Amino acid sequence: MTSLTDWSSSFLYASFIIYLIATVLFAATIKDKKREKQFTKLHVLALSTTIIGFISQLGYFVTRWIASGHIPVSNMFEFVTFFGMMLVLAFIILYAIYRIELLGLFALPIALLVIAYASMYPSELSPLVPSLKSHWLYIHVTTVALGEAILAVSFVAGIIYLIRQVDQSKSSAKTRWLEFIMYSLFATLAFIVVTTLFSALDYSVTFEHQPNDEVINLEYHLPPIFGPAGGEQVTENRMGALFDTPTWMHGAEAPRKWNTLVWSLLVGLIFYWIVRLILRKRVAASIQPFVNKANPELLDEVCYRSVAIGFPVFSLGGLIFASIWAQEAWNRYWGWDPKEVWALITFFFYAIFLHLRLSRGWHGEKSAWLAVVGFAIIMFNLIVVNLVLAGLHSYA
Amino acid sequence: MRSFKCDACGYENKEGTTICKKCGKPHDQAENSQLLNMRYDGTSIRSKTRNRSIIDKIWNFFSSVKVGVTLIAIALVASAIGTIYPQEMYIPQTVSPEAHYREQYGLMGQIYYQFGFHQLYGSWWYMVLIALIGMSIFIVSIDRGVPLYKALKYQNPKRHPNFLKRQKLFASYADYTKEDKKQLLSNLRKYRYKIIEKDGHFLAEKGRFSRWGPYVNHCGLIIFLIGTLLRFVPFMYIDDFVWVREGETKVIPSTEQTYYIENEEFIFETYGDDEEDQKFAEILAQQNAPIAKHFETSATIYRDISDDITGSEPELEEVKSGNIIVNQPLKINRLALYQDSYQLNEFQSMSFKLHESGDDAEESIVQFTVDLTNPSREYTFDNGFRIKLDQYYPDYELDDGEPRSKTNYPRNPGFVFFVYPPETEQPEISFLAIGHNIDPTQENDYKLGLTGFDVRDVSGLKIRKDLTLPILGVGAFIFMIGLIQGMYWQHRRIWLHPTDNKLWMAGHTNKNWFGLNKEIEKIIKHTNFTMPQDQEEKQHE
Ligand code: HEM
Repeated sequence: MTSLTDWSSSFLYASFIIYLIATVLFAATIKDKKREKQFTKLHVLALSTTIIGFISQLGYFVTRWIASGHIPVSNMFEFVTFFGMMLVLAFIILYAIYRIELLGLFALPIALLVIAYASMYPSELSPLVPSLKSHWLYIHVTTVALGEAILAVSFVAGIIYLIRQVDQSKSSAKTRWLEFIMYSLFATLAFIVVTTLFSALDYSVTFEHQPNDEVINLEYHLPPIFGPAGGEQVTENRMGALFDTPTWMHGAEAPRKWNTLVWSLLVGLIFYWIVRLILRKRVAASIQPFVNKANPELLDEVCYRSVAIGFPVFSLGGLIFASIWAQEAWNRYWGWDPKEVWALITFFFYAIFLHLRLSRGWHGEKSAWLAVVGFAIIMFNLIVVNLVLAGLHSYA
Repeated sequence: MRSFKCDACGYENKEGTTICKKCGKPHDQAENSQLLNMRYDGTSIRSKTRNRSIIDKIWNFFSSVKVGVTLIAIALVASAIGTIYPQEMYIPQTVSPEAHYREQYGLMGQIYYQFGFHQLYGSWWYMVLIALIGMSIFIVSIDRGVPLYKALKYQNPKRHPNFLKRQKLFASYADYTKEDKKQLLSNLRKYRYKIIEKDGHFLAEKGRFSRWGPYVNHCGLIIFLIGTLLRFVPFMYIDDFVWVREGETKVIPSTEQTYYIENEEFIFETYGDDEEDQKFAEILAQQNAPIAKHFETSATIYRDISDDITGSEPELEEVKSGNIIVNQPLKINRLALYQDSYQLNEFQSMSFKLHESGDDAEESIVQFTVDLTNPSREYTFDNGFRIKLDQYYPDYELDDGEPRSKTNYPRNPGFVFFVYPPETEQPEISFLAIGHNIDPTQENDYKLGLTGFDVRDVSGLKIRKDLTLPILGVGAFIFMIGLIQGMYWQHRRIWLHPTDNKLWMAGHTNKNWFGLNKEIEKIIKHTNFTMPQDQEEKQHE
């Protein structure tokens, strides 16, 4: 069995590298300015590389499934990885329809970020508790992930649209928001870099604190900028905490999560400023020349179509299949658990998106901003709800 | 209602119509180059034309998409607020909610509690909000659905030139042959367009049914919402709970004493027992407690077939037997039994023996067993000894020095025994519990000792009946049908219009213009026709 798990991680690693190569290839197709609107060998190469990467990741998925005996979507590592895989699939589908290379240049790096982010979580095979043992686990989780991934493509199209269309000649609220989105990507990258770095250094420091009635040992893997309030350092020869975690962060693990968040935001800021100093321009403004050739109307169409395609898939998986399963497992189809509520919020949000577009003519820029917000909601549900608003669905 | 005459064809149009129903002449005075608003093909909409009575005003309020979207946005924000702190049903039952929110979350928690956000989703205003959304969906569907039906039912292939020139896709061809036109029509048919003709004018149309998508999905939503309301009708919904011990037969609550359940065995497995679970070794090693792998109740359901006289002994007839597993409820007669919780190793019986206090060998004088669910009060023996169970605490604890029972379940039994040696009236008193054997007077000649016990598992079963489920299912199904119908198909129309020496072509789709363009590219293959102009793009240039 160990060999299968090894195979599985090799497949995942390989797919990561292949996606990286595919990104570069897609970048090359855009540089290739001579042959506009043509499907050249380079395009074929970029697309097939992506598909090979996807197949390799499918290999990861299948081998891990065989090794663990259940579908690998049962913890944070597995689910987020799967979401990354679905993102690639959603991109392939929409690329097949619209043939926009730029979509690949943006979607693949985001998928890479997602997969790298996933690998920061513990990746041991984990057992299933009885309530998760149901065919509905397979059906529900896979359709939700696919639906969310297709919806995420609308974010990709939206962000390209905004980079192309927002006037970069002067600073405005729009340029600042765009920079904020760029910064969020840098902060995610920072999280990955910092976590990887300190885990390579085997860094660890333990604190003893008393969040409730019990005394708990809390192990940090990043240097403690923020330690537990009233906590006592157990490990010696390590730098002590600089500040106390604010008390409105609740829960035994909250100080560590807060510390990690602060690290990611700070290092993200450093990354962002280094890049800006090198570019001497807003980040979005530096990308703008690369997306100039894109047809904004087509981008807008993709932004809408991916919602049109993804919304039914998400509704089916995130609400209907979810309810059927909840009825089987917990004898109530709806329990107002935070994860369920946030799925409903996602549903409401995209319903609003569609109505504003259809009946109030919110096209183009407005629609693109909405797609960005929609993606933020999906990410919120994926990450924050799992880690902070713990409920039944919490993987952490 | 004020109607008006079309100045091109003389047709009497209803007030509020923007495109003549008969000939298609746009009635606005906009320039010819401006794109035509094709919503409902210009048919008059009630909410846009009438605004006099109070009913009109209410109607218009609910059929405004602006209002509908605002309502959904409010529901969205409210729902999000409800997830900031756990809802009341997820907090521990042992403390009062008010204290819990204050202690756990401070001032913010207190405010949260005061505003009732701790039970937000059951609050009257949240339900009113959802009901308003339902009302809005209902009214808007009639408001727009009727005009849409009229517009799509009656379509004249022969349209006014201004109607065609103001479509997004438009072309005017001078060079074409009869063959070209024939080929074009045959291509249209090949792509499954339905073609109608009038005086050499053609309308090719496909995917009209997709226009009903939103109405079908709204209809599904309304059915769903009605289903959720029906839950408040008493007989539609049962939510009950029962604990059943192994070997025990109990009446199933909420069945008017007709159904009984016997727990034959409760099976409980954890990870790590099996060879196969080795693959999870890393995770299992990190856990303090074993992780449950599987649990189920092997149960038999009985029906009471005795005459319905109160107090008569039930006469049980087996109805069904099977296993109740998590994710696999056992169903009888619309009632479903769900494996919910369990209590492992609850005491079933305890055995004691009596010996002389000073006897180090503890040689037994009498022995007896107490059935903990239904204990006898007195035990008599042939050798003249008599033991009375004076007090029994199933779940013993000391509360300010006073013994009491925390629950009625035998989880930690405590006993006060009166021992009557032969021919005595004055008992010796003994107190026994796990880890306690107390002789309050310190003068007892005889001592009781625990010799053994039996345990068994208790299974917690949820009893559910929910007759609203089929309605919800139907609603959800219709909703999905409508969604797919409206989102994965589009309504495409192409008009062909001969003028003196030219042929005009105009195209319209309710969405996915990219797809329509691609299709027209294929449709004009093998003809001399060129791609129509996208007039919107032209305006941008
Ligand atoms: C959460 C509840 C709702 C859902 C899920 C929903 C869903 C939808 C969907 C999927 C469409 C088709 C959109 C498209 O084709 O792009 C649609 C259309 C529409 N909806 Fe809703 N809707 C909801 C509530 C409402 C409300 C409250 C109103 C009231 C104003 C409304 C009014 C409309 C209108 C006017 C259309 C266009 C119909 C047409 O094109 O003929 N919807 N709805």
